[in-house]
Amino acid sequence: MARTTRPATLDAMETETPGRSGVLGVLRSGIDRMAGSTLLAAAIEGDQVGRAWRWMVLAAIFASGAWAWASGLLPDILALQEDILYLLNQHIGMVVISGGLAIAIGIPLGIWLSRPYMRRYAESLMQILNIGTTIPTLAILALSMSVLGIGTTPAIFGLFVATLLPIVRNAYAGCQSVPPHLIESATGMGMTPLQILRRVEVPNALFVIFAGVRTALAINVGTVPLAFLIGGGGLGELIFQGIALNDFGMMLAGAIPTALLAILVDFLLAQCQYWLIPRGVNPLR
Amino acid sequence: MIRLEDLTKIFETPAGEVVASDRVNMEVPEGEICVLLGPSGCGKTTTMKMVNRLVSPTSGKIYINDKDTDAYDPIKLRRTIGYVIQQIGLFPNKTIEDNICAVPDLLGWDRKKSRKRASELLEMVALDPGTFLKRYPKELSGGQQQRVGVIRALAADPPVMLMDEPFGAIDPINREVIQDEFLRMQGEFKKTIMFVSHDIDEAVKMADKIAIFDAGKLIQYDAPDDLLAHPKNAFIADFVGGDRTLKRLRLITVGEAMMADPPKVTAEETLDKATKLMEEHGHISVVMTGPKGRARGIVYLADARGAKGKVGEHHHKLPATIHMREDLRTAVSMMFTHDETSLAVVDDDGFYKGYVTQRGITHLLGATYRDT
Repeated sequence: MARTTRPATLDAMETETPGRSGVLGVLRSGIDRMAGSTLLAAAIEGDQVGRAWRWMVLAAIFASGAWAWASGLLPDILALQEDILYLLNQHIGMVVISGGLAIAIGIPLGIWLSRPYMRRYAESLMQILNIGTTIPTLAILALSMSVLGIGTTPAIFGLFVATLLPIVRNAYAGCQSVPPHLIESATGMGMTPLQILRRVEVPNALFVIFAGVRTALAINVGTVPLAFLIGGGGLGELIFQGIALNDFGMMLAGAIPTALLAILVDFLLAQCQYWLIPRGVNPLR
Repeated sequence: MIRLEDLTKIFETPAGEVVASDRVNMEVPEGEICVLLGPSGCGKTTTMKMVNRLVSPTSGKIYINDKDTDAYDPIKLRRTIGYVIQQIGLFPNKTIEDNICAVPDLLGWDRKKSRKRASELLEMVALDPGTFLKRYPKELSGGQQQRVGVIRALAADPPVMLMDEPFGAIDPINREVIQDEFLRMQGEFKKTIMFVSHDIDEAVKMADKIAIFDAGKLIQYDAPDDLLAHPKNAFIADFVGGDRTLKRLRLITVGEAMMADPPKVTAEETLDKATKLMEEHGHISVVMTGPKGRARGIVYLADARGAKGKVGEHHHKLPATIHMREDLRTAVSMMFTHDETSLAVVDDDGFYKGYVTQRGITHLLGATYRDT
């Protein structure tokens, strides 16, 4: 019922509450800001400003929730609760596995490429990985399907490929950026190469490595909905079916958890970045 | 003791062979500071880095306390050699405490013992352990960081230290302070130190011996005063500078150069006696002292001659006095400042100990030329 009357309701809302676009604007720029905060520059900002934004975003979410309930959209979404939970589980599973694999392989690979004996080949190898980011993610998924068939496995593989490069590149760049005099000083005092790597290079590269993980996971979470297209499941199922059936509620039932998940992942990573990296090498602290 | 025997390093570059160190032979005696000096690219840094194997020699031998360093594993060898570099190289991810304890930790020292040593060392360089132990390097000024850099090298109490232009990046005022501080610690620790510098003034100040390099060759290896007084060739004369004799002034203290047991008068004595005393010594003035011997004033021959009365009625204020511990450079500077040709020398308590004159200084500096 709500489906057919929706355009009218929307129009009505538009005229009834002139403040709404303002609220949405705030919400949008709030989300923009949180997405933008993956960038280092944006992340280094006044704590006060950050807190104010967080409250505004919460208020906006509350307002839109109230509006959704009033317009009958929320009951539509809640009716799909079971589907949402099942698909969310699948969705998170894909993020965790593909992201985890990319981290587990990407960081050691980046560090390995930064070793002196690898430096001659590092840039060329990085170009190969770069293909993973250059090719549109949708194309990667399609290519991955053509090799591995339909299902979760090719989806995870595709996501893994798309996620790998930022992690490798940052791990490599982070290790490269450790000042040579630190290495000299560590060598001069009698550290073995492995001790230098563990006690000097990795801790000093950690912030840059973490920034890479954040960027990569943002890409990853953003791409997972496409996994539905090659039979990988996840919340993309609700989004795409909602679009296909012109079912606004179903679409939002997929889109809202996807968006919240992206924000949550970035938020958690930002907290990890803030608290886990020692104060001496953490520009945020 | 560090001994280099025919130490040679040849770098293979696309442009051909570059000889960085060319059959260097030298010995740094136990407990002394040897400064390796020379223009950039002269091979002084390469020579030093061969001692802890950051650069491996092409040929030649290095002995530390008469043991051939080839016999050691480079990693173990380095842990017994303190190393300080110009860029300091404190680990930004570690606290000051952990930075200082880096080598003790590598050596597996007891944690309590090494942490205790860290606070003792911090106190030696006038940094409060309570404030600084838990800070990170980025929270310290450049001068403070380099102090920590130096004590980090001392933490495991190595007999030998290598210092690569350690104070080069510090502003001139702080540099003097840190140099003095370091010399004071060296007076206590008596490490055998190889110290690379390109600053002749720093070398003259720090060194027991200076080694001057040019194009990979050790040209002259001498005590600072000998080097400044008798440069071996035109290159060295040029390198140590046209004012090299003035630099020698830093090497001699006022106490060494002064005329001891000087003539003096007290306020109660007559001008007549003062005049006689001055004429006897051929001086144009005499210092008036208090009852215990503190320098109180000065009487000039021009005022005293023919006049009647007591010294106390005709004395003038002393234009300047100089402490025995100061070097002659300061003394000469003070003479110029006050337009005087002599200065009264005093000790810690202000007792009049002697005097230095411009003529006396000139004579002293010239002695080395008259002997040879």
